[in-house]
Amino acid sequence: MTDMTNTQSFENEAQLGDYYALLKPRVMQLVVFTAVVGMLAAPVAVNPVVGFASILFLAIGAGASGALNMWWDADIDAVMKRTLKRPIPAGKVTPQAALYLGVALSGLSVMMLALSANLLAGFMLAFTIFFYVVPYSMWLKRSTPQNIVIGGAAGAFPPVIGWIIATGNFALEPWLMFALIFMWTPPHFWALALFMRNDYDDANVPMLTVTHGRRVTRNHILGYTVLLTVLAVGTAFSSIGGWVYLATALVLNALFLKGAYDIWRRDEEMSEADNFAAERKFFRLSLWYLFAHFSAILIEAGLKPFGLGGW
Amino acid sequence: MALRPEHEIHTRRKGLNIGVGLMLGAFVLLVMLLTFTKITSTDFRIPASQGVGAQIDEGGTN
Repeated sequence: MTDMTNTQSFENEAQLGDYYALLKPRVMQLVVFTAVVGMLAAPVAVNPVVGFASILFLAIGAGASGALNMWWDADIDAVMKRTLKRPIPAGKVTPQAALYLGVALSGLSVMMLALSANLLAGFMLAFTIFFYVVPYSMWLKRSTPQNIVIGGAAGAFPPVIGWIIATGNFALEPWLMFALIFMWTPPHFWALALFMRNDYDDANVPMLTVTHGRRVTRNHILGYTVLLTVLAVGTAFSSIGGWVYLATALVLNALFLKGAYDIWRRDEEMSEADNFAAERKFFRLSLWYLFAHFSAILIEAGLKPFGLGGW
Repeated sequence: MALRPEHEIHTRRKGLNIGVGLMLGAFVLLVMLLTFTKITSTDFRIPASQGVGAQIDEGGTN
Protein backbone atom coordinates (compact mmCIF):
# COMPACT_ATOMS: atom_id res chain seq x y z
CA MET A 1 0.00 0.00 0.00
CA THR A 2 2.76 2.37 1.00
CA ASP A 3 4.67 1.50 -2.15
CA MET A 4 1.67 2.32 -4.31
CA THR A 5 1.28 5.72 -2.66
CA ASN A 6 4.95 6.46 -3.13
CA THR A 7 4.86 5.45 -6.77
CA GLN A 8 1.94 7.76 -7.39
CA SER A 9 3.67 10.70 -5.73
CA PHE A 10 6.86 9.98 -7.72
CA GLU A 11 4.94 10.01 -10.96
CA ASN A 12 3.51 13.39 -10.08
CA GLU A 13 6.82 14.87 -9.05
CA ALA A 14 7.71 18.06 -10.86
CA GLN A 15 10.32 17.99 -13.57
CA LEU A 16 12.24 20.88 -15.03
CA GLY A 17 9.63 21.25 -17.79
CA ASP A 18 6.87 21.75 -15.21
CA TYR A 19 8.72 24.64 -13.60
CA TYR A 20 9.36 26.05 -17.07
CA ALA A 21 5.62 25.81 -17.84
CA LEU A 22 4.96 27.91 -14.70
CA LEU A 23 6.74 30.79 -16.43
CA LYS A 24 4.15 30.88 -19.27
CA PRO A 25 6.61 30.32 -22.13
CA ARG A 26 4.23 31.54 -24.83
CA VAL A 27 3.72 34.86 -23.06
CA MET A 28 7.49 35.04 -22.59
CA GLN A 29 7.96 34.66 -26.37
CA LEU A 30 5.72 37.67 -26.97
CA VAL A 31 7.54 39.62 -24.26
CA VAL A 32 10.95 38.82 -25.76
CA PHE A 33 9.86 39.66 -29.30
CA THR A 34 8.22 43.01 -28.48
CA ALA A 35 11.04 43.99 -26.11
CA VAL A 36 13.69 43.20 -28.74
CA VAL A 37 11.77 45.36 -31.22
CA GLY A 38 11.55 48.18 -28.66
CA MET A 39 15.28 47.90 -27.99
CA LEU A 40 16.35 47.78 -31.64
CA ALA A 41 13.95 50.53 -32.74
CA ALA A 42 15.57 52.91 -30.24
CA PRO A 43 18.03 55.42 -31.68
CA VAL A 44 20.86 54.19 -29.43
CA ALA A 45 22.88 51.06 -30.26
CA VAL A 46 23.20 48.49 -27.48
CA ASN A 47 26.20 46.28 -26.86
CA PRO A 48 25.09 42.76 -27.96
CA VAL A 49 26.09 41.14 -24.67
CA VAL A 50 24.31 43.81 -22.62
CA GLY A 51 21.27 43.59 -24.93
CA PHE A 52 21.12 39.79 -24.75
CA ALA A 53 21.49 39.71 -20.96
CA SER A 54 18.94 42.50 -20.45
CA ILE A 55 16.31 40.84 -22.63
CA LEU A 56 16.97 37.52 -20.87
CA PHE A 57 16.42 39.11 -17.45
CA LEU A 58 13.31 40.85 -18.74
CA ALA A 59 11.99 37.48 -19.97
CA ILE A 60 12.75 35.91 -16.57
CA GLY A 61 10.86 38.76 -14.89
CA ALA A 62 7.89 38.16 -17.18
CA GLY A 63 8.08 34.45 -16.36
CA ALA A 64 8.17 35.24 -12.65
CA SER A 65 4.97 37.26 -12.93
CA GLY A 66 3.44 34.29 -14.81
CA ALA A 67 4.37 31.95 -11.93
CA LEU A 68 2.87 34.36 -9.38
CA ASN A 69 -0.26 34.63 -11.50
CA MET A 70 -0.56 30.82 -11.61
CA TRP A 71 -0.08 30.67 -7.85
CA TRP A 72 -2.88 33.16 -7.26
CA ASP A 73 -5.22 31.79 -9.93
CA ALA A 74 -4.73 28.07 -9.15
CA ASP A 75 -8.38 27.71 -8.09
CA ILE A 76 -9.86 29.07 -11.31
CA ASP A 77 -7.22 27.36 -13.47
CA ALA A 78 -8.51 24.06 -12.10
CA VAL A 79 -12.01 24.85 -13.41
CA MET A 80 -11.24 26.08 -16.92
CA LYS A 81 -10.54 23.57 -19.71
CA ARG A 82 -7.91 25.85 -21.25
CA THR A 83 -5.85 25.98 -18.04
CA LEU A 84 -6.61 22.60 -16.48
CA LYS A 85 -3.25 21.14 -17.50
CA ARG A 86 -1.14 23.92 -15.98
CA PRO A 87 1.40 22.59 -13.46
CA ILE A 88 -0.50 23.54 -10.27
CA PRO A 89 -3.99 22.23 -11.17
CA ALA A 90 -2.30 19.14 -12.70
CA GLY A 91 -0.74 18.46 -9.30
CA LYS A 92 2.84 18.66 -10.59
CA VAL A 93 3.90 21.76 -8.66
CA THR A 94 2.58 22.93 -5.30
CA PRO A 95 1.16 26.47 -5.06
CA GLN A 96 3.83 27.23 -2.44
CA ALA A 97 6.63 26.20 -4.82
CA ALA A 98 5.15 28.46 -7.54
CA LEU A 99 5.00 31.36 -5.07
CA TYR A 100 8.62 30.87 -3.99
CA LEU A 101 9.84 30.52 -7.58
CA GLY A 102 7.90 33.63 -8.64
CA VAL A 103 9.20 35.77 -5.78
CA ALA A 104 12.80 34.57 -6.18
CA LEU A 105 12.86 35.10 -9.94
CA SER A 106 11.18 38.51 -9.61
CA GLY A 107 13.89 39.74 -7.26
CA LEU A 108 16.69 38.22 -9.33
CA SER A 109 15.43 39.57 -12.66
CA VAL A 110 14.79 43.12 -11.43
CA MET A 111 18.19 43.31 -9.74
CA MET A 112 20.04 41.86 -12.73
CA LEU A 113 18.22 44.06 -15.26
CA ALA A 114 19.08 47.15 -13.21
CA LEU A 115 22.72 46.05 -13.21
CA SER A 116 22.96 44.99 -16.85
CA ALA A 117 20.97 47.90 -18.36
CA ASN A 118 20.03 50.74 -16.05
CA LEU A 119 18.05 51.52 -12.91
CA LEU A 120 15.04 52.85 -14.83
CA ALA A 121 14.71 49.56 -16.76
CA GLY A 122 14.90 47.63 -13.46
CA PHE A 123 12.29 49.88 -11.92
CA MET A 124 9.96 49.49 -14.90
CA LEU A 125 10.28 45.69 -14.75
CA ALA A 126 9.49 45.73 -11.02
CA PHE A 127 6.47 47.93 -11.70
CA THR A 128 5.28 45.62 -14.52
CA ILE A 129 5.51 42.52 -12.31
CA PHE A 130 3.70 44.33 -9.51
CA PHE A 131 1.04 45.65 -11.90
CA TYR A 132 0.36 42.20 -13.38
CA VAL A 133 0.27 40.37 -10.07
CA VAL A 134 -1.38 42.79 -7.62
CA PRO A 135 -3.77 45.21 -9.39
CA TYR A 136 -4.59 42.81 -12.26
CA SER A 137 -4.46 39.25 -10.86
CA MET A 138 -5.40 39.96 -7.24
CA TRP A 139 -7.75 42.94 -7.41
CA LEU A 140 -9.35 43.38 -10.79
CA LYS A 141 -9.40 40.11 -12.74
CA ARG A 142 -12.21 38.69 -10.65
CA SER A 143 -14.06 41.93 -9.98
CA THR A 144 -14.46 43.89 -13.21
CA PRO A 145 -15.32 43.07 -16.82
CA GLN A 146 -12.59 45.53 -17.80
CA ASN A 147 -10.04 42.95 -16.50
CA ILE A 148 -8.72 42.30 -19.99
CA VAL A 149 -8.16 46.00 -20.66
CA ILE A 150 -6.13 46.34 -17.46
CA GLY A 151 -4.26 43.08 -18.03
CA GLY A 152 -3.41 44.33 -21.50
CA ALA A 153 -1.50 47.22 -19.96
CA ALA A 154 0.78 44.81 -18.10
CA GLY A 155 1.50 42.94 -21.32
CA ALA A 156 2.21 46.18 -23.15
CA PHE A 157 5.21 47.30 -21.08
CA PRO A 158 7.95 45.10 -22.65
CA PRO A 159 8.67 47.33 -25.72
CA VAL A 160 8.87 50.33 -23.38
CA ILE A 161 11.38 48.47 -21.21
CA GLY A 162 13.28 47.39 -24.36
CA TRP A 163 13.55 51.04 -25.42
CA ILE A 164 14.70 52.05 -21.91
CA ILE A 165 17.36 49.31 -21.97
CA ALA A 166 18.85 51.06 -25.01
CA THR A 167 18.31 54.72 -24.13
CA GLY A 168 17.80 54.90 -20.37
CA ASN A 169 14.93 57.33 -21.06
CA PHE A 170 11.27 57.52 -21.98
CA ALA A 171 10.14 58.84 -25.37
CA LEU A 172 6.90 58.98 -27.37
CA GLU A 173 7.71 56.03 -29.69
CA PRO A 174 7.81 53.23 -27.08
CA TRP A 175 4.50 54.46 -25.76
CA LEU A 176 3.05 54.11 -29.26
CA MET A 177 4.18 50.48 -29.19
CA PHE A 178 2.68 50.19 -25.69
CA ALA A 179 -0.61 51.60 -26.99
CA LEU A 180 -0.59 49.17 -29.90
CA ILE A 181 -0.47 46.13 -27.58
CA PHE A 182 -2.80 47.77 -25.07
CA MET A 183 -5.53 48.42 -27.66
CA TRP A 184 -4.98 45.06 -29.36
CA THR A 185 -5.45 42.94 -26.22
CA PRO A 186 -9.20 43.47 -25.60
CA PRO A 187 -10.48 42.49 -29.07
CA HIS A 188 -8.01 39.56 -29.08
CA PHE A 189 -9.27 38.15 -25.76
CA TRP A 190 -12.93 39.03 -26.25
CA ALA A 191 -12.94 37.07 -29.50
CA LEU A 192 -11.49 34.13 -27.52
CA ALA A 193 -14.16 34.60 -24.85
CA LEU A 194 -16.89 34.42 -27.49
CA PHE A 195 -15.94 30.92 -28.60
CA MET A 196 -14.53 29.62 -25.26
CA ARG A 197 -17.54 30.88 -23.37
CA ASN A 198 -18.13 28.05 -20.90
CA ASP A 199 -14.63 28.38 -19.48
CA TYR A 200 -15.08 31.85 -18.08
CA ASP A 201 -18.66 31.16 -17.00
CA ASP A 202 -17.58 28.10 -15.00
CA ALA A 203 -14.74 29.96 -13.31
CA ASN A 204 -16.93 32.97 -12.46
CA VAL A 205 -14.43 35.32 -14.07
CA PRO A 206 -16.42 38.45 -14.96
CA MET A 207 -15.57 38.53 -18.64
CA LEU A 208 -17.56 41.05 -20.64
CA THR A 209 -19.42 38.15 -22.27
CA VAL A 210 -20.67 37.06 -18.83
CA THR A 211 -21.45 40.44 -17.24
CA HIS A 212 -22.78 42.48 -20.15
CA GLY A 213 -23.72 39.82 -22.65
CA ARG A 214 -22.39 38.73 -25.97
CA ARG A 215 -24.03 41.49 -28.03
CA VAL A 216 -22.18 44.13 -25.99
CA THR A 217 -18.94 42.15 -26.38
CA ARG A 218 -19.34 42.18 -30.15
CA ASN A 219 -19.92 45.95 -30.05
CA HIS A 220 -16.82 46.41 -27.89
CA ILE A 221 -14.68 44.33 -30.27
CA LEU A 222 -15.65 46.59 -33.17
CA GLY A 223 -15.19 49.79 -31.11
CA TYR A 224 -11.72 48.83 -29.91
CA THR A 225 -10.72 47.66 -33.40
CA VAL A 226 -11.67 51.03 -34.92
CA LEU A 227 -9.58 52.85 -32.29
CA LEU A 228 -6.74 50.37 -32.77
CA THR A 229 -6.79 50.96 -36.53
CA VAL A 230 -6.44 54.74 -36.08
CA LEU A 231 -3.56 54.21 -33.69
CA ALA A 232 -1.79 51.52 -35.73
CA VAL A 233 -1.95 53.45 -39.00
CA GLY A 234 -1.08 56.73 -37.25
CA THR A 235 2.09 55.13 -35.82
CA ALA A 236 3.34 54.81 -39.42
CA PHE A 237 4.00 58.57 -39.40
CA SER A 238 6.15 58.54 -36.26
CA SER A 239 9.91 58.04 -36.22
CA ILE A 240 9.52 54.24 -35.87
CA GLY A 241 7.26 54.07 -38.96
CA GLY A 242 7.97 54.19 -42.68
CA TRP A 243 6.77 52.77 -45.99
CA VAL A 244 7.14 49.13 -44.92
CA TYR A 245 5.23 49.73 -41.71
CA LEU A 246 2.55 51.80 -43.48
CA ALA A 247 1.92 49.11 -46.10
CA THR A 248 1.77 46.41 -43.39
CA ALA A 249 -0.57 48.49 -41.24
CA LEU A 250 -2.92 49.31 -44.11
CA VAL A 251 -3.31 45.68 -45.19
CA LEU A 252 -3.64 44.18 -41.73
CA ASN A 253 -5.94 46.85 -40.36
CA ALA A 254 -8.25 46.50 -43.35
CA LEU A 255 -8.43 42.74 -42.67
CA PHE A 256 -8.82 43.26 -38.92
CA LEU A 257 -11.60 45.82 -39.37
CA LYS A 258 -13.37 43.47 -41.77
CA GLY A 259 -13.07 40.66 -39.18
CA ALA A 260 -14.42 42.87 -36.39
CA TYR A 261 -17.29 44.00 -38.61
CA ASP A 262 -18.13 40.36 -39.41
CA ILE A 263 -18.24 39.56 -35.69
CA TRP A 264 -20.36 42.64 -35.00
CA ARG A 265 -23.01 41.92 -37.61
CA ARG A 266 -23.49 38.30 -36.48
CA ASP A 267 -25.74 37.11 -33.70
CA GLU A 268 -25.44 33.99 -31.56
CA GLU A 269 -27.57 31.90 -33.88
CA MET A 270 -25.34 32.64 -36.85
CA SER A 271 -22.17 32.00 -34.83
CA GLU A 272 -23.38 28.71 -33.43
CA ALA A 273 -24.41 27.57 -36.89
CA ASP A 274 -20.79 27.57 -38.10
CA ASN A 275 -19.18 26.91 -34.68
CA PHE A 276 -17.95 30.51 -34.31
CA ALA A 277 -15.93 30.42 -37.53
CA ALA A 278 -15.69 34.23 -37.85
CA GLU A 279 -14.68 34.64 -34.20
CA ARG A 280 -12.01 31.93 -34.50
CA LYS A 281 -10.69 33.46 -37.73
CA PHE A 282 -10.50 36.91 -36.08
CA PHE A 283 -8.61 35.44 -33.11
CA ARG A 284 -6.06 33.74 -35.39
CA LEU A 285 -5.68 36.92 -37.43
CA SER A 286 -5.08 38.91 -34.23
CA LEU A 287 -1.95 36.84 -33.55
CA TRP A 288 -0.57 37.65 -37.01
CA TYR A 289 -1.67 41.25 -36.64
CA LEU A 290 0.58 42.00 -33.69
CA PHE A 291 3.48 39.95 -35.02
CA ALA A 292 3.36 41.73 -38.39
CA HIS A 293 3.21 45.24 -36.91
CA PHE A 294 6.20 44.66 -34.67
CA SER A 295 8.08 42.89 -37.47
CA ALA A 296 7.49 45.95 -39.66
CA ILE A 297 8.88 48.24 -36.94
CA LEU A 298 11.90 45.93 -36.72
CA ILE A 299 12.41 46.02 -40.50
CA GLU A 300 12.22 49.82 -40.51
CA ALA A 301 14.87 49.91 -37.76
CA GLY A 302 17.00 47.40 -39.69
CA LEU A 303 16.80 49.48 -42.89
CA LYS A 304 17.80 52.77 -41.24
CA PRO A 305 21.59 52.11 -41.23
CA PHE A 306 21.32 51.75 -45.03
CA GLY A 307 19.43 55.01 -45.36
CA LEU A 308 16.24 53.18 -46.34
CA GLY A 309 14.03 52.93 -43.26
CA GLY A 310 11.68 55.63 -41.99
CA TRP A 311 10.54 58.63 -44.00
CA MET B 1 22.97 -9.66 -3.22
CA ALA B 2 22.18 -8.24 -6.59
CA LEU B 3 22.26 -4.52 -7.10
CA ARG B 4 18.82 -2.92 -7.16
CA PRO B 5 17.98 -1.23 -10.43
CA GLU B 6 17.79 2.53 -10.13
CA HIS B 7 14.29 3.71 -9.31
CA GLU B 8 12.63 6.09 -11.75
CA ILE B 9 12.61 8.79 -9.07
CA HIS B 10 16.41 8.93 -9.22
CA THR B 11 16.37 9.44 -12.98
CA ARG B 12 13.74 12.15 -12.69
CA ARG B 13 15.54 14.01 -9.91
CA LYS B 14 18.83 13.60 -11.74
CA GLY B 15 17.33 15.38 -14.73
CA LEU B 16 16.04 18.23 -12.56
CA ASN B 17 19.31 18.56 -10.67
CA ILE B 18 21.42 18.56 -13.82
CA GLY B 19 19.09 21.14 -15.39
CA VAL B 20 19.29 23.47 -12.39
CA GLY B 21 23.07 22.99 -12.24
CA LEU B 22 23.50 23.88 -15.90
CA MET B 23 21.33 26.97 -15.51
CA LEU B 24 23.32 28.16 -12.50
CA GLY B 25 26.55 27.59 -14.43
CA ALA B 26 25.19 29.55 -17.39
CA PHE B 27 24.13 32.36 -15.05
CA VAL B 28 27.63 32.61 -13.57
CA LEU B 29 29.14 32.68 -17.07
CA LEU B 30 26.72 35.36 -18.18
CA VAL B 31 27.50 37.55 -15.17
CA MET B 32 31.24 37.15 -15.87
CA LEU B 33 30.75 38.05 -19.53
CA LEU B 34 28.58 41.01 -18.61
CA THR B 35 31.14 42.27 -16.12
CA PHE B 36 33.94 41.93 -18.66
CA THR B 37 31.85 43.75 -21.30
CA LYS B 38 30.92 46.57 -18.94
CA ILE B 39 34.51 47.10 -17.85
CA THR B 40 36.04 47.01 -21.32
CA SER B 41 33.36 49.04 -23.09
CA THR B 42 33.47 51.98 -20.68
CA ASP B 43 36.40 54.14 -19.54
CA PHE B 44 36.47 52.33 -16.21
CA ARG B 45 39.68 52.81 -14.23
CA ILE B 46 40.79 51.72 -10.81
CA PRO B 47 40.71 54.92 -8.71
CA ALA B 48 44.16 56.54 -8.55
CA SER B 49 44.29 56.63 -4.77
CA GLN B 50 44.02 52.86 -4.41
CA GLY B 51 46.23 49.87 -5.10
CA VAL B 52 47.72 49.21 -8.52
CA GLY B 53 46.08 52.28 -10.06
CA ALA B 54 47.94 54.58 -7.71
CA GLN B 55 51.25 52.89 -8.45
CA ILE B 56 50.71 53.11 -12.20
CA ASP B 57 49.67 56.76 -11.96
CA GLU B 58 52.84 57.49 -9.98
CA GLY B 59 54.88 56.11 -12.85
CA GLY B 60 56.09 52.76 -11.53
CA THR B 61 55.70 49.95 -9.08
CA ASN B 62 58.49 50.87 -6.72
